[in-house]
Amino acid sequence: MDRSEFRQGVRDVLPLLLGVIPFGFVAGLATVNAGLGLAEAVGLSTIVFAGAAQLAALDLIGRDAPLAIVVVTAVVINLRMLMYSASVAPYFQDISNRLKATVAYLLTDQAYALTIARYRSEDSAHSVAYYFGVAATLWAVWQLTTVAGVVLGTNVPESLGLEFAVPLVFLALLVPAMEDSPTTVAGILGGITAVGTAGLPLDLGLLVGATAGIVAGRLTEVAMEGASNGN
Amino acid sequence: MATSYAAPAIWGLIVVIGVLTFLIRVSFIGLFGYLDEIPPEITRTLRFVPAAVLAALVLPSFITLEPGTGGIAVDKLIAGGIAGGVAWRTENVFMTIGAGMGTLWAVRFVLLPLI
Repeated sequence: MDRSEFRQGVRDVLPLLLGVIPFGFVAGLATVNAGLGLAEAVGLSTIVFAGAAQLAALDLIGRDAPLAIVVVTAVVINLRMLMYSASVAPYFQDISNRLKATVAYLLTDQAYALTIARYRSEDSAHSVAYYFGVAATLWAVWQLTTVAGVVLGTNVPESLGLEFAVPLVFLALLVPAMEDSPTTVAGILGGITAVGTAGLPLDLGLLVGATAGIVAGRLTEVAMEGASNGN
Repeated sequence: MATSYAAPAIWGLIVVIGVLTFLIRVSFIGLFGYLDEIPPEITRTLRFVPAAVLAALVLPSFITLEPGTGGIAVDKLIAGGIAGGVAWRTENVFMTIGAGMGTLWAVRFVLLPLI
């Protein structure tokens, strides 16, 4: 394991923790609100380890929703990771199966966004150590902050809206991801479609918006290639 | 809000969601070792995943309905807009969160009570 790449991963993820810390805190708080305790909070954060799905599941559990609905909702929210998995897979083709399983378990929005940005830069060594520096730090902070949320969370006024820090983190990652015209089209159309379909059940709006954005981006690219070829 | 489900149901739920989530995460990472190369069309399409997914996560959090009244939540809209401008100019996570949370609190606790 390349230590300097690992340390670089840890350094790069530090600014993102400002968004992850309140997110984990809110996830711990939501566990208490749903009528569950510390054991369930730790169980969710270690076994599921997916913040948005944890929050949605806890909301439904608290309202005594049918268990099948809770499962389907959490899975649909996490389906975006299928795209992340496909996107990073080429870089992890040659590592052992045990490492692949660990990489997969630790795969999150933030770990994906940072790693793919690093691996796509021209001078990157595509070191798996960089990924683990990012992802393991996120894992440890997530566990600590969900526990803190359970223990201390009842004292934070809900009106502060700490959960708003979560989309702000994604926003800061979104801007560099819109690196040229086709990716900018993908972002704008994906976002607008997701807003328009936000009322769909099971949080399907996220998947619909993301798919619309990807298709729009690809079509834009094809159209631009056609134009530059004089067709 | 407290659930009436007993502990075994909750733990069953946690394990089932956890296993399914892991299967989603491991899908392509586990599969690609068995493929010689990734079809170029897939790579070209995957290029758009970060922008499309991140935008679909972000925008619906800024443009939300106010619970009760049914109108657009003004504080989140303004905070999201300002944070978007800061993100665009700085590409800095700290600055973006600071601008967004600062604006949210300013609008929610100072501006809106004045109106």
